Amino acid sequence: MLEDLFSVVKVRFNGEKPEKSAEDKNGRKTDIPQGLLFKCPRCRNVTFEEDFQKNGKVCPHCNYHSRLTAKERLDITVDKGSFEEFDKEMISKNPIDFPDYENKQAALREKTGLNDAVLTGKAKIRGEDIVIIVMDSNYLMASMGSVVGEKITRAIEYGTAHRLPVIAFTASGGARMQEGIVSLMQMAKTSGAVARHNEAGLLYISVMTDPTTGGVTASFASLGDIIIAEPKVLIGFAGRRVIEGTIRQKLPDDFQSAEFMLENGFVDMIVERKKMRRVIAHLLKLHKPREVQADE
Amino acid sequence: MSELTACERLDIIRHKGRPTALDYIPMIFDEFFEMHGDRLFRDDHAIMGGVASFKGIPVTVIAEVKGRNLAENQKCNFGMPHPEGYRKALRLAKQAEKFGRPIICFVDTAGAFCGVEAEQRGQGEAIARNIMEFMTLKTPIISIILGEGGSGGALALAVCDELAMLENAIYSVISPRGFASILWKDASREREACDIMKITAEDLTRLKVCDHIIAEADGGAHNDPMLTAENISDYIFEALQRKLQKGLDELVNGRYNKFRVVGEFEEPAAF
Repeated sequence: MLEDLFSVVKVRFNGEKPEKSAEDKNGRKTDIPQGLLFKCPRCRNVTFEEDFQKNGKVCPHCNYHSRLTAKERLDITVDKGSFEEFDKEMISKNPIDFPDYENKQAALREKTGLNDAVLTGKAKIRGEDIVIIVMDSNYLMASMGSVVGEKITRAIEYGTAHRLPVIAFTASGGARMQEGIVSLMQMAKTSGAVARHNEAGLLYISVMTDPTTGGVTASFASLGDIIIAEPKVLIGFAGRRVIEGTIRQKLPDDFQSAEFMLENGFVDMIVERKKMRRVIAHLLKLHKPREVQADE
Repeated sequence: MSELTACERLDIIRHKGRPTALDYIPMIFDEFFEMHGDRLFRDDHAIMGGVASFKGIPVTVIAEVKGRNLAENQKCNFGMPHPEGYRKALRLAKQAEKFGRPIICFVDTAGAFCGVEAEQRGQGEAIARNIMEFMTLKTPIISIILGEGGSGGALALAVCDELAMLENAIYSVISPRGFASILWKDASREREACDIMKITAEDLTRLKVCDHIIAEADGGAHNDPMLTAENISDYIFEALQRKLQKGLDELVNGRYNKFRVVGEFEEPAAF
């Protein structure tokens, strides 16, 4: 924290510009050095990064639950040491020969330490075996291309084959434009896997985190037996700017929030981050097959 | 088959006189009875559905409808469905399954409607639900893209056993305009987007998404709608012959696998 502050001060003294500055909703530069302060995209209030981190990356002013990396999410969700990752090495190709796509991916892998925008695997939550899917918005806004679609489909299929519940933490800007139609087909592929898991009578919980939009909202994210959302996160199908362009009006701030989705009947419950693991553990227990309960 | 660029095909499918589902349905089917509404909210005119006879076979027809003039377009919202349209489609599809009728879908939309009410009524959920339910419907489903197949709004009627495209039709993850505006923040670069997106019937055949290309009249379907309708009709007849022979489990497994195999990735050899 102090080091961050010193580095910022040093940069200022040397008359250099800060590396990056945040932009608010209207595209105005706000000149906040990154790493020192957190500016909430929902309520636009500013918090010291340290306080924001201590609060589990939740805005202390409005309770907006900001983005976590997939690793951070796993750490606070599953039993320690229980996560066994699936398909760790899978990387995408370039199905429509999109210019520069391979280079961009290589750079992202280097930068994020991820091979694509989702981690999948099996794990335990309070001793219960589950399949877990966690998307990471740091990788191309967790857009869904071949790798994301294939890993999610395989994970759900694993759940069906081994009769395990599936928990998916969704976050995505939507389909991955750079893979063209192949991305659109991932919506069908993942939803097909959910259909089979569903027909097998198994539990699928979808947890919508910031932001869950586009082709992911229009496929597996909206198909949970139970749909949970974190407070204040963005959930929607069409982009806000697209809708504003269509209706030529500014939309209210809470449009497409978790609360908006709950009010309109598309989310079952809003659960705070600090209670999420406990709530999921209880729901898992309530959905345990009866014969298993009788055995114990 | 003509050798045209994606842009040239875009001009053809945007031709004012391009036939729509409203033109083709009476040319292809006998005794079409339109059915209205999703039984939940209201009737969406951007999706038309009903039962009909196809060469003596009872079928369910579900079509995205573009208008042919301003009045029609106002009624059908320029072919951009709301959630209730997709829910009507699902209701009719379930009914087709109940009565063992094959489903013929005509896809023709720039995309699902993007608006405040569409979001309030769950556009994402409606599309997701259709994709999931169509995947396991125990009856043959044939989808035909007539003009534009834009994004999830098209896919909601394109989870099928066979996908055919008219020769000049396009099918894309997002409209070329949307693509340009997202990737380059400049919607006016639409034509440039067209050329790199791989959206023609030939591209999609190569990508294993399109199973069959239906020839249009020379220069485009508008030059001879009747001829194009006959070609569509011949295709539906052949496709139904193929699909009606199959057992329902084989059919549904085949549909799952049709989508299951799409994707390009690499992984180090398993050990």
